[in-house]
Amino acid sequence: MAGSYEAMWEKLNLDLDAHAGLLEVLGKFYGDIYLSQDKRLRGMEYLDFVLSEIHGLRIKELQEAKAQGRKVVGTFCVFVPEELVYAADAIQVGLCAGAEAGFDKAEKILPRNTCALIKSFVGFKLSRLCPFFESCDLIVGETTCDGKKKAYEIFADYAPVYVMEIPQMKQACDRDLWKAEILRFKETIENLTGRTITAESLKKAIRLINDRRRVLQRLNRLRAAEPTPISGRDVLLINQVSFYDDPARFTQKISELCDELEQKIARGEGVVDGAQRVMLSGCPMAIPNWKLPYIIESSGAVVVGEESCVGTRNTRDLVDEEGQALDAMLDALVDRYMRIDCACFTPNRERLEHIVAMARDLKVKGVIHYGLSFCQPYGIESFKVERALREAGIPMLAIETDYSMEDVEQLKTRVEAFIEMIR
Amino acid sequence: MHTIGLDVGSRSIERVVLDPATGLWSWTKVPTTFDPIGQCRRLLADADGVPVMATGYGRKLVAETFAHLRVDTVTEIQAYALGAHFLYPEARTVLDIGGQDTKVIALNASGKVLRFEMNDRCAAGTGKFLEFMATALQVPLEDFGDYALGADKRVQINSMCTVFAESEATSLMARGEKAQNIAMGLHAAIAQRVLAMLRRVGLEKPVIFAGGVAHNRCMRRLLVEAVGDGFLAAENPDVLGALGAALLAARSISSAQGA
Repeated sequence: MAGSYEAMWEKLNLDLDAHAGLLEVLGKFYGDIYLSQDKRLRGMEYLDFVLSEIHGLRIKELQEAKAQGRKVVGTFCVFVPEELVYAADAIQVGLCAGAEAGFDKAEKILPRNTCALIKSFVGFKLSRLCPFFESCDLIVGETTCDGKKKAYEIFADYAPVYVMEIPQMKQACDRDLWKAEILRFKETIENLTGRTITAESLKKAIRLINDRRRVLQRLNRLRAAEPTPISGRDVLLINQVSFYDDPARFTQKISELCDELEQKIARGEGVVDGAQRVMLSGCPMAIPNWKLPYIIESSGAVVVGEESCVGTRNTRDLVDEEGQALDAMLDALVDRYMRIDCACFTPNRERLEHIVAMARDLKVKGVIHYGLSFCQPYGIESFKVERALREAGIPMLAIETDYSMEDVEQLKTRVEAFIEMIR
Repeated sequence: MHTIGLDVGSRSIERVVLDPATGLWSWTKVPTTFDPIGQCRRLLADADGVPVMATGYGRKLVAETFAHLRVDTVTEIQAYALGAHFLYPEARTVLDIGGQDTKVIALNASGKVLRFEMNDRCAAGTGKFLEFMATALQVPLEDFGDYALGADKRVQINSMCTVFAESEATSLMARGEKAQNIAMGLHAAIAQRVLAMLRRVGLEKPVIFAGGVAHNRCMRRLLVEAVGDGFLAAENPDVLGALGAALLAARSISSAQGA
C-alpha cells in the first residue's frame, strides 16, 4: 500500500522510514499468524483487506471525512461513550497500543516499569508511527488505572487530551459522578464539532453502535459451536478491527461472515480437529498483539471466548433503545456503561460471575488469564478469578507478559503443559 | 519393543531406554554442549523405528531435526510428573530445579497434574544462578553445595537477580565476609524463593526434589529443614524427565494398539 499513501503519511508528519519498517514487520507477522491458517472463512478476506490497509485506506477515509468538516476522536478504552461521538457526526477510532514501538522514546518520559499498553501508545505518538493519532482532533483518556491516569498528564504535552473520570465503585453516588462525566463529555463533543446532539441523532447513534455489538454477539454465539468453526485469533482480529473500522460497514461485513459461519456449522466443519477448548480472560489485546493467542492455538488448543475489553466486555451489554427523549437516552447510556465489569472497580464480583458463567456456557476445558506486566488491577484480580474458577472446577493458567518476544519459549512450555494437563 | 525418552535440557541431555513389558530401563547422561543436535544424533543412533518422546527445552528441535524417526514431544512438566509418579507413586508434589527453569508440580494420587508453577523468563532461583555464583566465587559447580555447607553463619543476600546478587556478594567479600558464608547466603536465597513457589502450589507431601540442582547437598539440606518430613531428593534426580517421556511413548504405543 506504501506507494499510493506516502504523500498522505508525509502530510501527517509520520516518520516515513520507521513507518515503512513497522508496516513490513506487521505484514510479515500477519502472514505468519493469520494467512497461514487452514480452512479459513471467505469472509475473513475483508479483515485481511482491512488489515493490509490499516494505515492506508482507513486513514484516507478519515482524511476525507475531516475535509468535509467531520471530527475524529481517538480513544483507548471501552468506557468512552461512542454513541455521543457519532451523534455529533464525529468518528471514533481506537488508537494504536499493541506493539513494542517507540519504547525507547516512551521511556524518556515514563518509568520503565509501566505497562506495555501505555508505553506503546506513548511510543507510537512520540515516534510519529501512527497515522490514527495524527488524524485525531481529540484524544480521550480515562482514569481506569493509575498508570493511564498519570500517563495522560504527560501525554497532554504532545496531543490534545481530554480525560474522563471513571468511577471506581458502583454506588448511587458513583452513578451520579458518571452521569456528570457523560454530560461533560457530551458538551465537549458538541463544542468540538459545533453540532448539537439531538434526541434524533443520539437515537440513530445508539442504534448504530448497538448493531455492531449485536453482530459481535451473534459471532460469539456462532463460534461457540462444536467443532469450533473459526479460530480464536480470527475472532480476536474481528474484535480489534471493530474499534477503528466504519461501524455500519463493519456490521454489514461481519453479518455476512456470520451467514457463512452458519453454513459452515450446518456442514459440521471445524477449523481444527481435537483441539482443546479454552477461553482467554483479562487485559485487552490491541492490534497487533496476537502473541498469546497464537501460542495457544499452536499448542493443541483453540480459543473460543475472550473475556476482555477487546472481546465480551465491549459487546455484552446493549444500550436500552426504548427511550425517546434525550434525557432518557442519556440515562440509558449512563446505565449501560456502568455495567462494564472492568478490574478498576471494587468490589468487582460481577466479573467473576461473568467469567464462570462464560466458561461453563462455552464448555471450555480451561481458562488462560492474560495479565500485562505492571497491570495491577488485572494482576491482583487474577488471584480472585483463579479461586472462583477453581471452586467451579475449571482449571486456570495465569500468564503475565508484555509485547516482547523474549519469553515466547517459556510461554510455550507453560501453555503446552497446561493443555496437556486439561486434555 | 522398547521406547526412548530424551530430555534435552540447557545443561545436560538424558536418554532413557525403557522396556514397557518389564518396566526395566537404563539411562545415559551427556552434557548439552554447544551442539545439542550432534549429541542427540549420537543418542538416537539406533532409534530407527523406535518410538521416541522428546522433552525439555530442546524438544521441538529434536522433533524437527529427526523427523524421519518416530518422535513426539511432551513438556517437562508432564514428563517429570510421569517419571516421579512411576518411581515414587506416593509423590504429591514434584520440585524440579533445572539449568534455567524451576518448576513445582502438584499431582493427585494417580499421578495426574493438578497445577503447576514455573519461574518466569528470568534465571533467578535456577541452576543458572548457582552456576553463575559458583563461578564468581571460583568454586567448581559440583562442589558448590558442599562448599556452602562449610559456612559458620548465614549472611543475608537480598537480591534474587543474578547480576545484582553477584554485586551484593562482591561487596560482602570486600567487607571481609567469609566466602563460604556468602555461598550459604546465596543458597538460602534460592531456597526462600523455591519455598514461596511450593507454597503457592499447595505443598502437599511427599515432595520429590528432582532436576540437576537436587544433587546439591546444601540445597537439599535447606529445603528439608524448611519443609520437614516428606521432602525427598530423588535418587537419580536428572532422570525423571527422560523416564517420564519414555513412559509416555510406551503409553502411546499401547493406546495405538488398543485402537
